[in-house]
Amino acid sequence: MCGIVGLFLKDKSLEPQLGAMLSQMLISLSDRGPDSAGIAIYGAPSKNEAKITIQSAKPDRDFRSLEAELAKAIGTPVTIAVKSTHAVVKTTPAKIDEARKAIQALRPDIRIMGAGDVVEIYKEVGLPEAVVDRFDVRKMTGTHGIGHTRMATESAVTTMGAHPFSTGADQCLVHNGSLSNHNNVRRELIREGMTFETENDTEVAAAYLSSQMAHGKNLGEALEGTLSDLDGFFTFVVGTKNGFGVVRDPIACKPAVMAETDQYVAFGSEYRALTKLPGIDNARVWEPEPATVYFWEH
Amino acid sequence: MPATKLSRTAAHDPRVFDLDHQSLRELNQALHNLAPGSNETAWEVLNPKGSHSVAVGVDQPVAIDVRGSVGYYCGGMNSGSTITVHGSAGPGVGENMMSGSITIKGDASQYAGATGKGGLLVIEGNASSRCGISMKGIDIVVYGNIGHMSAFMAQSGNLVVLGDAGDALGDSIYEARLFVRGKVDSLGADCIAKEMRPEHLELLQGLLDRAGVTGFKPSEFKRYGSARTLYNFNIDNADAY
Repeated sequence: MCGIVGLFLKDKSLEPQLGAMLSQMLISLSDRGPDSAGIAIYGAPSKNEAKITIQSAKPDRDFRSLEAELAKAIGTPVTIAVKSTHAVVKTTPAKIDEARKAIQALRPDIRIMGAGDVVEIYKEVGLPEAVVDRFDVRKMTGTHGIGHTRMATESAVTTMGAHPFSTGADQCLVHNGSLSNHNNVRRELIREGMTFETENDTEVAAAYLSSQMAHGKNLGEALEGTLSDLDGFFTFVVGTKNGFGVVRDPIACKPAVMAETDQYVAFGSEYRALTKLPGIDNARVWEPEPATVYFWEH
Repeated sequence: MPATKLSRTAAHDPRVFDLDHQSLRELNQALHNLAPGSNETAWEVLNPKGSHSVAVGVDQPVAIDVRGSVGYYCGGMNSGSTITVHGSAGPGVGENMMSGSITIKGDASQYAGATGKGGLLVIEGNASSRCGISMKGIDIVVYGNIGHMSAFMAQSGNLVVLGDAGDALGDSIYEARLFVRGKVDSLGADCIAKEMRPEHLELLQGLLDRAGVTGFKPSEFKRYGSARTLYNFNIDNADAY
C-alpha cells in the first residue's frame, strides 16, 4: 500500500496554511501505511540562506554545540533550529556544500535528510499524526509540499527508509509501489558518481531523477525517462524548487487522484485525502492517466 | 433480468445516515439488519467523503442514494439493492455484485464491477483501467470511456462502452460480450472483433434501455469477444512455457 499526497499552491494567500493542509491530507491516509511518515515542505526562498535538514538518533548529544563548531569549521555564521530528532541548518548558499561535508566530519552519526534553498524534510518511524506533531508541521508555511505514509516492502522500517527521499538540491520524491530493477539502476548511478544512503528502491528513483536533471533535463523530461528506465510499480510524486510532478507506470495499479482549482493542484492516493481542501466540491477531479507525465511549475 | 426500479419517492421518508456523525459500521450494520419485506426501502447516505466499503453486502431490495464520492468497494457483493452514487467511485465499485443495480453519476476508478456475477453497473462518466476484470455475468454500461486491460479474463456478462476503450481490451477473454461504440486502442490476446447479428442488436438495445441510455443505436457499436484459441493447449506453444 503506502499513501502519498502532494499540494502545489497557486494562490499565495494559502501559503501560511500549507503545512496544515498537507498534514491533514497525509493523516487521512494513515491506514494505508502505519510504519513511518514524512513530509517535505518548500518554504519561502531567501537570497542569503540555504538549508540542510539533518537527523540524529541522539539529538541532545549531536546537535548541542554543533552551531558553533560548524561555523568555525566553515568560517561563516550558521544557525541551527532543532525540531525533535531533526534540525535545520542555515548558512549562505555558497557554503552549503562545505557545510554538508563539515557536518559529516564533525558528527558522523548525523544523517542528511535533504538540502537546498527552500526545502525542509521531516521523516520518522510512526504514524503520520505522530510525525506531524513531532515536527510541528501544521504551522509550516510554503509554496508546495509532498508527503508519504509507508507500509514497508522493499527495505527496513527505519528513519532513513522513510520517504520523501532527496538526492539533489531541493529535489525530493515520494513513491507508492515497488521497483524491480533498482539494483541495476543503482549500480549505474553509482558509476556516474551518485551516492546512496540506503538499500531502498525509492531512493534509486529519486537519484535517477536527480541524475537526469543534472544532465540538463527538466522535471517533465526526467519523469518521462522513468517510464522506460524504471521497471516495477510506481506512482511518483516529485517536488523541485519551483515545480511539482506526478507520473504513474503504464500498468497503473497504484491508486492516484488529482484535483485542481484556481488555488491549488492536489494529489492523493485516494479521494479521501482531498475532501477537506477548500473548494473541493467544485474542483476538477481526475485520475492521472497511466504512463503520462503531469507537472506544474511556479 | 430487469433491474428493480424502486420509486425515488418512497412511501416513507428515507432513512438518513450522515457519515460526518455516524460510523460506516453503523450504516452497513443497519443495512445488513434489514429483514425481508422491511418497510425501510429508501436510504440516504450523506458525506461519504471517499469512505471505503459504503453499502457493501446489502441483500434486500432497497434504494440507497449516496450523496457524494465514495472510496474503495462501494456496493461490493450487492444482492438486489439499487445504489446510486451522486459523485464518483474509487477502486472496485460493485466488486462481485450478485444482482440489483449500481449507478455512478460521476467517474469510476480501477476494476469497476470486477468479478461481478450479476446485476447492472452503470457508470455515467468514465471508468478507469481493468473495468469488468474477470466479470462472471454482470452487465456493465459505461457512458464515457474505459481504461486499459478492461474485461481481462472476462468470463460471462456484457460490457457496453459508449466511448472509447484503452489498450488490451478483453485480454484472455472467455465468453463475455463487449460492445464498444468508439475506438479501441488495442485488443488483448485472443480478443477479436465479431459480427453483430440480430440477437446481439436486440441484446444491446435491452442493455441500453436498462441503463437509461437514449439517443444511441445498437448499430453504432462493434462487438468483441473471444477467438477461443486459448481454450485448449496448443503443443506448438510448448516452448513458450
